[in-house]
Amino acid sequence: MSQTLVDNLKKRFASLLTGCELRYGDEVTIEVSSENIREVCLALRDEPQFEFKQLIDLCGVDYLTYGDTEWATESASSSGFSRGRVKGKDPRHAWQKERFAVVYHLISYSKNERVRIRSFVAEDFPVIASVMDIWQVADWFEREAFDLYGIIFEGHPDLRRILTDYGFIGHPLRKDFPLTGEVEMRYDEEKTRVVYEPVSIDLRVLVPKVIRDDNRYLERATEEESNG
Amino acid sequence: MAEIRNYTLNFGPQHPSAHGVLRLVLELDGEIVERADPHIGLLHRGTEKLAETKPFNQSIGYMDRLDYVSPMCSEQAYVLLIEKMLGIEAPIRAQYIRVMFAELTRILNHLLWIGAHAMDIGAMTMFFYSFREREDILDCYEAVSGARLHATYFRPGGVYRDLPQRMAQYKKSKWHNQREVNKWNENRQGTLLDFIEDFTNRFPRYVDEYETLLTENRIWKQRTVGIGVVSPERALQLGFTGAMLRGSGVEWDLRKKQPYDVYDQMKFEVPVGVNGDTYDRYIVRVEEMRQANVIVKQCVDWLKKNPGPVMVDDHKVAPPKRSEMKGDMESLIHHFKLFTEGYCIPEGEAYQAVEHPKGEFGLYMISDGANKPYRLKIRAPGFAHLYATDEMSRGHMLADVVSIIGTQDVVFGEIDR
Repeated sequence: MSQTLVDNLKKRFASLLTGCELRYGDEVTIEVSSENIREVCLALRDEPQFEFKQLIDLCGVDYLTYGDTEWATESASSSGFSRGRVKGKDPRHAWQKERFAVVYHLISYSKNERVRIRSFVAEDFPVIASVMDIWQVADWFEREAFDLYGIIFEGHPDLRRILTDYGFIGHPLRKDFPLTGEVEMRYDEEKTRVVYEPVSIDLRVLVPKVIRDDNRYLERATEEESNG
Repeated sequence: MAEIRNYTLNFGPQHPSAHGVLRLVLELDGEIVERADPHIGLLHRGTEKLAETKPFNQSIGYMDRLDYVSPMCSEQAYVLLIEKMLGIEAPIRAQYIRVMFAELTRILNHLLWIGAHAMDIGAMTMFFYSFREREDILDCYEAVSGARLHATYFRPGGVYRDLPQRMAQYKKSKWHNQREVNKWNENRQGTLLDFIEDFTNRFPRYVDEYETLLTENRIWKQRTVGIGVVSPERALQLGFTGAMLRGSGVEWDLRKKQPYDVYDQMKFEVPVGVNGDTYDRYIVRVEEMRQANVIVKQCVDWLKKNPGPVMVDDHKVAPPKRSEMKGDMESLIHHFKLFTEGYCIPEGEAYQAVEHPKGEFGLYMISDGANKPYRLKIRAPGFAHLYATDEMSRGHMLADVVSIIGTQDVVFGEIDR
């Protein structure tokens, strides 16, 4: 069932797709460049072989620290892993593509299928066309992606912040935004108003991030590959 | 003639029927709503960002706190997602336990919804009735997990522990004598399953009570029939899922169409509305409570007959038993590694949706092969529903806005994340 969807997608869009993948049995992901996103979305919604009438989700992703580890594990010496925290990039998982992506999740009720569209946008000027006139619910999802990642949706009539505070500065889900935030807020007795100050707490890492490629995963991956 | 102009009204965030922290900026022409602009984010806690800095298992508790009215359903989505990405499957008994608790949670959610919704519209009694039954379900939560709301009971690979053999009982105090206490403890003599079975036998009669109060009630009908009508086409455009979509006449239920855990073994009906108004959505949810009760009953019957493990036997994911740890070095190492570092999920991305009481609750996770998620996006059903407030309330009276917010069943824990 999902395989036929993959075939249909490949046949219909051919050169528009920069990637097409089927994983976990039924998860279809296609990759589309940001210039073609509206064309592909319209076709997916309206053509009778797809009928993706609903946009389930739209979100931004920041790949800045993809594959970064806080504890190197690729080389084990005879005395085991190093105990000190080492910041480094894991070369096996390093990210090669653009920094930001917008991910769309669509659902087709008549075909009982889902598809995921991923579209990369440039780091220095993250702009992509809005799909609000294709699926109206994209309105808030796009505002959210703008708020949290700073991705700009061209053609959106009202691109305001949505989840963060009024007057907030920065895009909090970007990987270079600290978990503690930049400012903290308190009520000042003397000024008799709320004041913002730089945060006074330090960022701590409680559990270091490690990447391990266990044998059991490798076995499963090769099994999947051999199954097609 | 005097000059007539629209005026803007700020509704909430401290209004009792704003369901928490909704701030609604309403543009009114007299009493008619011209435009509604919901301001959300007052409960934003950055759950997605926090999840990126923690090993997978430590975020289960955050899932409870998203929709704090139906905690276990969000947990279910999270553990199913991790199981999918790890390629493991929970033992069959654990899957039955999960389905049973997911359906108890659906009742729990709809009880709060019906109570709050009816109280917003002016029927005080409903709130007392529904909280009476909520108490029993919360006792079940407490019996399995020790917590009445934020259970953190489901785990990737199963559930935290098997169902307890006895229920907690009331004790005599200077306010309640032995005779009263004995009466309360009547259905608590057996196991948790006996208690739940007793609940499922009592529950249909309670739903009848709610319906006696509301279904044919003149005031209730005046406040709900024809209010917030959404056509099926618009429901799809506006991203409606769950009872909101079914109320508009689209037959779609993830438990039937894309079943997870053991929902494919369950026999139940999916109620669908006709007119897409607030009254139809009420009828749909009431019937969902009855159907959830039917599913719970089936689970109880199965669970009583089939003992077995409730957690996978893979110590790379699930911790070993404490007794094993005392004598076995390898178990000790597994335990230590699991709780200090956690497990790593192979590189990839996946999306898992469940039929949450409010609609489709989806989680999208990207893993770069580490012991923490690289990105976890939470797709909250209420987010899309609240967006529709503007369209649903245009042209209605100010008082109907309350009815529309009520029918959307919004909870800000999940909308603001």
